Amino acid sequence: MDLTEIIVILVATLRAGTPLVLAALGELVTEKSGVLNLGVEGMMLVGAVAAIITTLGTGSYALGALAGTLAGVAMALVFALLTLSLRANQVAAGLALTIFGLGVSAFLGLGFRDRPLAGLKPLAVSGLSDIPIVGPLLFGHDIFVYLSLAIFAAVSWFLARSRGGLVLRAVGEAPEAAHALGHNVLAVRYAATAFGGAMAGLAGAYLTLVYTPMWADQMTAGRGWIALALVVFATWKPGRVLLGAYLFGGVTIAQLHLQAQGVAVSSHILATLPYVATILVLVLIARDATRIKLNAPAALGKPFDPGR
Amino acid sequence: MRLRLEPRTETARWVALATPLLAAGLTLVFGIILFTALGYDPGRALNSFFVKPIENVYGLTELAVKATPLLLCALGLAVGFRGGVWNIGAEGQLTVGAIAAGGLALAFNGDEPFWLLPAMVVAGAAGGALWAAIPAFLRVRFNTNEILTSLMLTYVAVQILGYLVHGPWRNPQGFNFPQTRDFGEGAVIPLLMEGTRLHWGTVLAALAVPAAWLLMDKSYLGFQIRVTGMAPRAAAYAGYPVGRIVWAGFIAGGAMAGLAGMMEAAGPIGKLQPVISPGYGFAAIIVAFLGRLNAFGILFASLLVALLYLGGEMAQIDLKVPPAVTGVFQGLLLFFLLGSDFLARYRVKVERRAAA
Repeated sequence: MDLTEIIVILVATLRAGTPLVLAALGELVTEKSGVLNLGVEGMMLVGAVAAIITTLGTGSYALGALAGTLAGVAMALVFALLTLSLRANQVAAGLALTIFGLGVSAFLGLGFRDRPLAGLKPLAVSGLSDIPIVGPLLFGHDIFVYLSLAIFAAVSWFLARSRGGLVLRAVGEAPEAAHALGHNVLAVRYAATAFGGAMAGLAGAYLTLVYTPMWADQMTAGRGWIALALVVFATWKPGRVLLGAYLFGGVTIAQLHLQAQGVAVSSHILATLPYVATILVLVLIARDATRIKLNAPAALGKPFDPGR
Repeated sequence: MRLRLEPRTETARWVALATPLLAAGLTLVFGIILFTALGYDPGRALNSFFVKPIENVYGLTELAVKATPLLLCALGLAVGFRGGVWNIGAEGQLTVGAIAAGGLALAFNGDEPFWLLPAMVVAGAAGGALWAAIPAFLRVRFNTNEILTSLMLTYVAVQILGYLVHGPWRNPQGFNFPQTRDFGEGAVIPLLMEGTRLHWGTVLAALAVPAAWLLMDKSYLGFQIRVTGMAPRAAAYAGYPVGRIVWAGFIAGGAMAGLAGMMEAAGPIGKLQPVISPGYGFAAIIVAFLGRLNAFGILFASLLVALLYLGGEMAQIDLKVPPAVTGVFQGLLLFFLLGSDFLARYRVKVERRAAA
């Protein structure tokens, strides 16, 4: 394996990890406010289909990404209405959101299944992208990769350094106390849930506009669930979400490379690798029970009733 | 004048029964709006969705055929859900049940002993239970989140089935189609009614309803499961074995889903192929909630959700409505159910501002 091949693999890993970075960062913010939204997979699918339909119709990738994001927000707001205003069980409502998203995306995407898109190409910064090694690694990606890193920086700063982040964490840790201090717990949770939906929708848009520029039913293939697992794996820390997402991107790419090189293992067996890896990672992290207990938002998944 | 919410201290029985009906009604109304908006004649659409599929005897038997796996999976899931054990991998457990039973059927293909079919029933249930045992073990031993592990294992199970039917178990005379040989006559569940697809598995599923009711509502284990689900801390103080309740939930869910997989493979399908279930394992989650986690409620809910599957197929033939609309309706049904549950837990009171 020579150097160029390694660079190709690294670039591919970054691309494969990007939808996970986006979706998992969104869910991280949602969970930090005390809301567990298991509907990431459904929000991603609806975002993905909304994005490709818009881009096919308008020819604009920016509008497609915007449509995907807004579709994710719309889905998240349905979830928020059920769980925050109507105080439905968050686990059940999250599952409902995923089932609904599977159906709606298949329904909307029906006429678009055999219409591939050119796909958004990587930025080619003249001169810079051509520098050996550093060029492709730093300047050879599509705009979503840079956007996801910018969002990562913004989320990290917001949670750790800003006043808004402090309020968000207070709402997730001790909603009664936050309420007593005059913060509107439900409004904060609505906003955090909507942000999670936006990021999941954007992650879906990345899949249909860049990663595999076409629509196929259930094309997220469990990435939404892997993003949920990543948040636990990262013990609710943005930096570790980034690390975990690229690790999983790496597993996906390794599996594809093994298939391409004709390794004598069935492609079906190789395709189980990301899922098996997720389970292993969850087991490893869960063994450290205190770490999870210390880092998980204390009010995660618990409804809050401001009237009481 | 303003609206005030008041938590109900006790939920009247009729309210608990009325909310699923309200949810079904709201889904219907939404369906009418959706069909009209899409330019279909709503009357015709509703007719082909909800009436036509079951207007003759054959349609009714098809309803029972579709309801059978839903009923089995949902009964098993309800045991866990009552105890706060979130097994959402019934689809994978169903698949492994089909693989286990199918492997047995293929091993004796062409020369089926009389005990093969009962053995396949056991193998299906055991296969599903084994697959469910993985998340149960990981939860009890390592405190791993069972929602994520049981779901991940679904993807793994589907890939294993794909590997088997594309590879070692593929029918050598099957023109390269990814499917196994047809099961022999002694490995197929006998039909209940000639000329239909209704088989004896449906009878077994119906018998499972009172059995599940006895387990969930009348046994000590069922009581422990309920207490653990409603008040985990009370259960802990009472010294209930939390680990055993997790195990019970997963084994019940896995065995029933595996049984459903066996019945699909050895019933309507009659072989193994890449897709054994069109999402029955996931739809069963809706069935379990719609039936209020009650065995008899689940029986009715499974019929309703089966009708959604049948209606989707019929509407596709009749009106060229894409079959994905079934998934939309399933999601809506659960949304409306969760939403209307609010009315079961809170009383909405109108009060004058002056009084405040």
